[in-house]
Amino acid sequence: MKPLFARGSYTTLRLLVFVLLSLALMTLDHRQHRLDSARAALSLLIYPVQYLVDLPFRAGTWMAERLSFRTSLLRENSALRNQILLQSAGLQKLSALENENIRLRELFQTSLRVRGEVRAAELLAVDLDPFRRQIVINKGSLHGVTPGLPLLDANGLMGQVINVGPVSSIALLITDPSHAVPVQVSRNGLRALALGTGASDRLDLPYIPTDADIQVGDMLITSGLGGRFPPDYPVAKVVSVDHGPGYPFARIRAVPTAHLEHSREVLLVLGETTPPVPLPEPEPPAAPQKARPSGDKR
Amino acid sequence: MIPTRAHRGWVIALTLLAAFVLTLFPLPAWASLLRPEWVMLALIYWCLALPDRIGIGAAWGMGLLLDAASGTLLGQHALAFALVAYITLKLYARIRRSPLWQQALIVLALVFIEQMLVLWITGIIGQLPWRWGYLLPTFTSMLVWPAVFLVLRHVRRTLRVT
Repeated sequence: MKPLFARGSYTTLRLLVFVLLSLALMTLDHRQHRLDSARAALSLLIYPVQYLVDLPFRAGTWMAERLSFRTSLLRENSALRNQILLQSAGLQKLSALENENIRLRELFQTSLRVRGEVRAAELLAVDLDPFRRQIVINKGSLHGVTPGLPLLDANGLMGQVINVGPVSSIALLITDPSHAVPVQVSRNGLRALALGTGASDRLDLPYIPTDADIQVGDMLITSGLGGRFPPDYPVAKVVSVDHGPGYPFARIRAVPTAHLEHSREVLLVLGETTPPVPLPEPEPPAAPQKARPSGDKR
Repeated sequence: MIPTRAHRGWVIALTLLAAFVLTLFPLPAWASLLRPEWVMLALIYWCLALPDRIGIGAAWGMGLLLDAASGTLLGQHALAFALVAYITLKLYARIRRSPLWQQALIVLALVFIEQMLVLWITGIIGQLPWRWGYLLPTFTSMLVWPAVFLVLRHVRRTLRVT
């Protein structure tokens, strides 16, 4: 019953049409970001599949919660209670410090930093392109997510949202090879860029002169330059500094503090205002003059 | 003849959905480098089995969905899938008659073409990180092809998808 020659001589024409169509799509997507709405619509189509893939993991967590013993729950409860107590004690001190900080800033007539609203989101357990570092979260434009929002977990900066669909979004992690975060060393304010490498536990800090004051164990925090990430969130810890005499710059590696591979609950920072005036630390000798616009160069 | 044309399209859709689930299913990092191109394999099968129903258009659409799902440039997988579907359609009569191991070798070539196209485009837009094992999925796709073929043929015959 089937025709002997399927589709006949139109096959090549069809191929040509679809190749041209894909080339046009790729150009629009890459050069002009005109396709964000198309991407959002497609993400809505793909969401049921992602939900389906995520379901066993969700069910596993649910079962583990339901079937755990009363004693272990009680133990966990008391541990959490202790933790809350300790942290709220710390917070009391923090709020006093914050007030003092605001007063001092008013004295110096610099702009205030407003604490942003933070919203929780959950990761969907789905795999994306294995050569890039991206994650899917279960909040989208219906929940107020916009492209560029920073993403945190309990331990530090994770990345930023790049594609927003109605009910889900894709975020780029700081370890993606196309991502850069403007950071500074918390000990002395030395500014740098933390570039992703594609490996999940490694960031590189290029363009730092070999005589710059940076040591193993230094904490890197966001500097807030570039205006994309709010300042003072922990990003990474320096694990190796190589002042090879043959290199023009030191070779510095850092490990992200956020648990990029394990966190399932993440936080989105909505609408934190960053100060227009950069921090008043002295300029390091040959640090990059200006942070390049962080991340998102798709 | 006309009424049989749109016969049991949901079976095809379901197998493609299963391929998507396998593609998105989270695996440890080493295993996700070995992940076969499930959607591509399912498309190749349906192009071989029902070349008058599944062709370049369907492959292109699936590629676009995969682009949206995996966060790559829109049109990247779509282009590669459309090209592979075209080659498969041109050669389906010959591929269909060859023994399974030869089919696996042809699938190796087809998936290689698809992977190279995707990698080229990724490289052109400058997002290619240095990494071993870019072409591992090509080989695993070849290895799983006999299983994919037998399973899908069983599905097609028992459910009489025409």
